Amino acid sequence: MSAPFKTSRRDFMKLAATAGGGLFLGFHWADAEAATIMEVLDETAVASGNIGFNSYLSISTEGVITIMSPNPELGQNIKTSFPMIVAEELDADWSKVKVLQAALDPTKFERQVTGGSGAVPHSWERLRKAGAAARHMLMEAASKRWNVPATELTTENSTVIHAGSGKKFTYGELATEASRVPVPAEIKLKDKKDFKLIGTAVRNVDNLDMITGKPLYGLDFYREGMLFAMIQRPESFGMKLKGVDSAAAKAVPGIIDVVTFKNNVAVVGKSTWQVNKARKLLKIEYEKEGNIESTADHDKLFKDLLNSTDAAVVQVKRKDGDVDAAFKSAAKVIKREYQCPFLSHSPMEPMNFFAHVRPDGVELVGPSQTPEAARNETAKLLGISPYTVSVELTRLGGGFGRRLKTDYVVEAAELSSIMKAPVKVIWTREDDMTGGSYRPAVRYRFEAALDASGNLIGYKLRGVGINAGNCTREDNFPSGAVDNLLIESIEHKSPITTGPWRAPITNFLAFAEQAFLDEVAMESKKDPVKFRLDLLDRAKQTPVGAIKYDIDRMKGVINLAAEKSGWGTKKGISQGFAVYFSHRSYVAQVAEVAMKKGKPVIQKIYVGADCGVVVNISGANQQVKGGVTDGLGHALFGQLTFKNGAAEQKNYNTYRMIRMKEAPDVDVAFVNNGIDPTGLGEPALPPTGGAVANALFKATGKRLYNQPFANQEQMKGVKLGEKM
Amino acid sequence: MAQYNVQINGRTYEADVDADTPLLWVLRDNFGLVGTKYGCGIAQCGACTVHLNGNAVRSCTLPISAVGNNKITTIEGLSEKGDHPVQQAWNEVDVPQCGYCQAGQIMTASALLTKNPNPSVEQIETAMNGNLCRCGTYHRIREAVVLASTKMK
Repeated sequence: MSAPFKTSRRDFMKLAATAGGGLFLGFHWADAEAATIMEVLDETAVASGNIGFNSYLSISTEGVITIMSPNPELGQNIKTSFPMIVAEELDADWSKVKVLQAALDPTKFERQVTGGSGAVPHSWERLRKAGAAARHMLMEAASKRWNVPATELTTENSTVIHAGSGKKFTYGELATEASRVPVPAEIKLKDKKDFKLIGTAVRNVDNLDMITGKPLYGLDFYREGMLFAMIQRPESFGMKLKGVDSAAAKAVPGIIDVVTFKNNVAVVGKSTWQVNKARKLLKIEYEKEGNIESTADHDKLFKDLLNSTDAAVVQVKRKDGDVDAAFKSAAKVIKREYQCPFLSHSPMEPMNFFAHVRPDGVELVGPSQTPEAARNETAKLLGISPYTVSVELTRLGGGFGRRLKTDYVVEAAELSSIMKAPVKVIWTREDDMTGGSYRPAVRYRFEAALDASGNLIGYKLRGVGINAGNCTREDNFPSGAVDNLLIESIEHKSPITTGPWRAPITNFLAFAEQAFLDEVAMESKKDPVKFRLDLLDRAKQTPVGAIKYDIDRMKGVINLAAEKSGWGTKKGISQGFAVYFSHRSYVAQVAEVAMKKGKPVIQKIYVGADCGVVVNISGANQQVKGGVTDGLGHALFGQLTFKNGAAEQKNYNTYRMIRMKEAPDVDVAFVNNGIDPTGLGEPALPPTGGAVANALFKATGKRLYNQPFANQEQMKGVKLGEKM
Repeated sequence: MAQYNVQINGRTYEADVDADTPLLWVLRDNFGLVGTKYGCGIAQCGACTVHLNGNAVRSCTLPISAVGNNKITTIEGLSEKGDHPVQQAWNEVDVPQCGYCQAGQIMTASALLTKNPNPSVEQIETAMNGNLCRCGTYHRIREAVVLASTKMK
């Protein structure tokens, strides 16, 4: 980060004088807490990219308000919600707002990342201040022109109004004069109850481009003279490249060259199809480099490692009270294990990137959740300064965490440097699915100790994760509500590559925890909702150790979902409950299953969510419904297995994804508590598996311990998901 | 390699490509019609859906040599101004998330509604079941097809 940018009054006037025709407002991300140093910048200075601000809005004399959206857009709708926040405080006419995707620029923007459901929480305050400061300056300009105090002025729809005289100025008319007004040191933000735009349903700013097929995505990027490339990577994890016979591939028309680097054999040519045909003619030899693992090996090692007594293997993450004593004195002990498979991210747009490595710098264009990391990794590989690498962000055809990795960007740059030409590397679906970076496979063991009255007096969780030493969350509920508690984690290192997958770890841990708590509630002879509420009251009254979740917010969503679903009042419907805190938000869900012709049918899922202020209700509803559908689909069907180090599912014909017929109704309600936004890209996903498993149990009397549910013995003959 | 003349969106396009090149890649690499998307290459996801004489087909498995004089419509040619009733409905219902699959969804939906202007929810689900949406926008797709059917009356 560059230091906060400060201009003297003289510099400021100079910049303003050259601004000509509009107001350009930059604001300082670096000064996170204060975020009040607002500077007026001329367009040349903005374009030159060497000024220390992080985002900006501009108002043209014609009244067009342009707002830059710095974060990668992959369907979380940030490109609509970020500008809405600015426009709200500006009182802008939304129909005249133009949104542009910013390229990577760490000198202007901070956290140009899509991940962790963090963009809106991170930027909320600063985006508001950017809009509010501009509004203040526009009002000052009007006040001067009319010679009336600014306190007599109001704003709406990109217009400053003097109610006393009935006079009006548009923002466009005031923009030039407003740019000469000193930037306010203190910026007054709106009272949330006065929001007009925030909380409404605003359509995705890219809708028209998306529904008419405009070139928005990385794969749509074409450049004159660009080469097309596909890369054959080792089929099995644990193998490395030994040699290649590429004569036949090279003979295919349109093929320019076949080159090898690291473990990659790259076929480079003039069109996607020619390259795709040629790669099938490669004769490649691999040799063993590490462990060659299969799913059957993992099934065994999970069980072995769960029993480990080796202190060097078992990582103790939280220990409260005396667990051994509690379990010794228990009237009842419940012990259950849960397992989840590897998953592919499978965004609809497979991995791809364009790279042009030139002597004077590198141009990268494509879909990335972490453009800055991609830039830095590329610079490191090529031994050049990151400042000579530019990254232009296309829209992402999904990400789900896969595009937090930079492998597919760096390899494109490496290939371009070898070819000394602009190259677009295209992954086929098979490359994407077999190419690694999966949601790790994990197995958990939960143990609960109940006293004679059914009180939870002891709780243990141990998890084994493949390349996932963080597979347990020590501060998750019910931590803080149980006197004696032990949370442990064990990691198995594997050559099979893993990475974050939407709601990392919690995408499965939530199911295991919530399914286990459902059983514990039953053994305690308590209603599952009341059981959780009682534990939360207990945590509030006599907390044990640190409590990292907000008890009132969790209770809020529990009560909301219970109320909306008519919990416990419906006849002929089996309801299952789950509640989860992930990232910064809270989501409770009630899944409903009905028996039709003797088979369970998932009919509806009710959601109570607390993400603080909802910025765009249309986008928020989408995030929740999509998250639930995603969570449900992968709990029901998702599974990637390995044989001799190679993924056995290579495309959608064998890797099953949820389809329209299998997507039940989702009813969404939000808690309206007025707190600043806490994020919604991921938190709706984790609770779904648990709510559905608990509802299926109520309907069938059979518990589900492993995912995918559809493959489990107890679901034989059930077309899970279909409405029948 | 051979010369092919194909009728797309009311125009004739020419390409010199291998006979087995899927229409999808000719649209994208040769004609710059990139609205038709690559998703799986084996007709499982529907992202590459186009119309062939008004029927929804998967362009990723349709070789250019098989296209002949049949009329192809892609998302770019569905309407002149992006205002086909299905496109209008997609915007009004605010369907897309990442948006990558939506051109294919729209092409499947518009072919359905041409044949059956008033489909039941079950018929909609059957027609749309071959189009994957990884973001899970199925609820709004369903809603938008219903809305589009009212617009087409």
